[in-house]
Amino acid sequence: MRAAVGLCDKYDVALVSKVHPLRSHSIAAQGGINAALANNPDGRDDTWEKHTFDTIKGSDYLADQDAVEIMCKEAVKVVYEMEHWGCPFSRFPDGTIAQRPFGGAGFPRTCYSADLTGHVLLNTLYERAVAKGVKVYYEYVAVALAVEGGVCHGVLLIDQAKGTVIPFSSRVTLFATGGYGRIYLHSTNALINNGSGIGMAFAAGIPMKDMEFVQFHPTTLLGTNILMTEACRGEGGYLVNNKGERFMERYVPKAMELAPRDIVSRSIQTEIEIGNAFENELGKYVHLDLRHLGAKKILERLPGIRRISIDFAGVDPINEPIPIMPCQHYSMGGIDTNEKGETLIKGFYAAGECACVSVHGGNRLGGNSLLDTIVFGKLCSVSIDEYLQTHEAAPEEKVLALKKDEIEKKIRSLSEGDQRPFAVLDDLRKTMDEYVGIFRTKKELETGLEKVLAIKERYKDIKLSSPSLRMNYELIGAIELESMIDVAHATTLGALLREESRGAHFRRDFTGRNDADWLKHTLASKDGSGRLSIFYRPPVITRYQPMARTY
Amino acid sequence: MNDLYTIKVLRYDASLPEKKPSFSSYRVRVIPGLTVLTVLNRIRDEIDGTLAFRASCRAATCGSCAMVINGKLDLACRTQVASFDSGTIILEPLPNLEIIKDLVVDMTPFWNMYERVKPYLVRNSADPEKEIFQSEEDRKRIDQFVNCILCACCYGACEVLRREPEYMGPAALAKLQRFMLDSRDERPQAFLDTVDSADGVWGCDTLLRCIDACPKEVRPTDGIVGLRKRMVKRRFSRIFGVNRED
Repeated sequence: MRAAVGLCDKYDVALVSKVHPLRSHSIAAQGGINAALANNPDGRDDTWEKHTFDTIKGSDYLADQDAVEIMCKEAVKVVYEMEHWGCPFSRFPDGTIAQRPFGGAGFPRTCYSADLTGHVLLNTLYERAVAKGVKVYYEYVAVALAVEGGVCHGVLLIDQAKGTVIPFSSRVTLFATGGYGRIYLHSTNALINNGSGIGMAFAAGIPMKDMEFVQFHPTTLLGTNILMTEACRGEGGYLVNNKGERFMERYVPKAMELAPRDIVSRSIQTEIEIGNAFENELGKYVHLDLRHLGAKKILERLPGIRRISIDFAGVDPINEPIPIMPCQHYSMGGIDTNEKGETLIKGFYAAGECACVSVHGGNRLGGNSLLDTIVFGKLCSVSIDEYLQTHEAAPEEKVLALKKDEIEKKIRSLSEGDQRPFAVLDDLRKTMDEYVGIFRTKKELETGLEKVLAIKERYKDIKLSSPSLRMNYELIGAIELESMIDVAHATTLGALLREESRGAHFRRDFTGRNDADWLKHTLASKDGSGRLSIFYRPPVITRYQPMARTY
Repeated sequence: MNDLYTIKVLRYDASLPEKKPSFSSYRVRVIPGLTVLTVLNRIRDEIDGTLAFRASCRAATCGSCAMVINGKLDLACRTQVASFDSGTIILEPLPNLEIIKDLVVDMTPFWNMYERVKPYLVRNSADPEKEIFQSEEDRKRIDQFVNCILCACCYGACEVLRREPEYMGPAALAKLQRFMLDSRDERPQAFLDTVDSADGVWGCDTLLRCIDACPKEVRPTDGIVGLRKRMVKRRFSRIFGVNRED
């Protein structure tokens, strides 16, 4: 959307979305967006360079440092820009944008609007799109890219209301299709975040990068796994086990609850495994205790969290601790792009969570995802403009027509088997939860891989309830399931091969980081015979040599 | 407590108008904590793949799954099945909008009204180098309107829209007030003329159905009344020759 806003004055831009743009998952981001504004009295010495260092350290040195520098420098500009466009940030008494502390950050640099920061940023951006008259096509679902000769000629869409496949030709296509959280059973992600865009790009020949790096958020509500923002801890919340201990003291005594997410998640999971967790019919959990913050602070800074706790768990955090467990939250991996959003295919770009630039490396810091999306959306508009000025060729309709036939044939084949799509999907999700989770071992990953490959076979025997293309959510799900299986395959295989622990990827059988062998990005691409193959690429290192990551 | 519930869903396909709307019934086992949306997903996944409904965040933030649940407008994702002890749950699409299929309605009129109020910050001054200052108090004034998730529960609940489809509806007017109240917005007061009509702020009957229906504790009527007060003030200042646009 940010790219569309940047390009619409000069070009004919279509913003196409499988849901109305305001239903996209950025809306659910709560805690904030990082930028070294130095507004907080405790953060006067903050600079974009310090933000860069924190991000690189947080990434366990796998991020490309040139890209991180760009993002952190640009952060200050985009936050002010969003504010000028009307974003209702919370304020400090001096009228400046309020900033709060977040995990893994040396200074309180997370700009926020209560605990609804994603909601206000997405709304502001959409408002800007409306102001500029961007053409919006919602409930058009992208199902394939039309690529030939190393060039993208457009995208194939299903118009849900009409029930037709539309060949949509374009000189440039940009994906901002979100992460792949829903390949897991337990995820904070929206139901639409299934990695379909990453799968479509992969099918078109663009590698997936660093897929094994999956962030598990420490604090998600027991049962529904709705996100309980890191701001709960940023504002001073405690994590407490069934013995009444603030157990983070035993893991990261200095940073305590504000250690980065991968570390806090592993600590909670360990508490669960050693019997220090509470348990009820919904599962095992620990407490996120906000009571000591007092009603005033909770109502002012965390009203959304309170509402969700009451609506979904029957718990008012003013009076009771919130039951939480860690689960899948963010996809560090994604479509292989560079810092301009470019990919292997000319005319095809990606930005946001579906893309892997990489600025998050092995672990993303809280407050950096909204930032990544807006910064690289903006930078994509710049690089797309440059591309369009030097590449005049019109997209070839016949490439799209061929792809359309292929898609229609494929859709017909989805009614020939005997497997309900959901049964296959459910198995995939359970497999990922069980074998490719917070703690990983060779044996489990091998089993997981075997199961994913078996699921890939079963996919060939899908049977839909109805072959109609009109408002057929089961059909959309079944088409996207193919992408999900490819994404799960790359995630599992990448995790199995990476014999070290780095960021969110933790191997019980290889507990240390191994820079000599594994300071490299994992890339999964299709080989000549259509099989998934893995290769590696070193990260870009500019100023920050890898050091031990301690907090 | 495990319990069997009957879920009745109003089915209709606008592409098959000869087939009248009718209810499909599904029997589902419900455990405490299960939401209406979870049950709907389960029905589509395991019983009837043709059922159409919208859903995304399943956490009451995206606004996709507004519908009528046992006669009350709400988000399916935040409604607990076990909160109804009747054993039957009746699900119908949002009123005041045309059905596309089953629980999916055509939101176009709703979005058109939203766009009509110019739902964005209007500025004439040059942007400062840093942020435009806003006091905590000024930020607080827009708070409830900022919280709106545009789910259209209020639009579906509005009695005026039932008989006057040209009425702009609660959400759009509340959105306008969100910007009119924003200390940073510089749109001329004359912009109010665009809603100074029976289709605009004067259409509201102040039955407050929108307030009851809102799942996010927004009070659209506060916005509409606020806009009316501004207009009255503006008229007075014109009549008495006070030539000032505040």
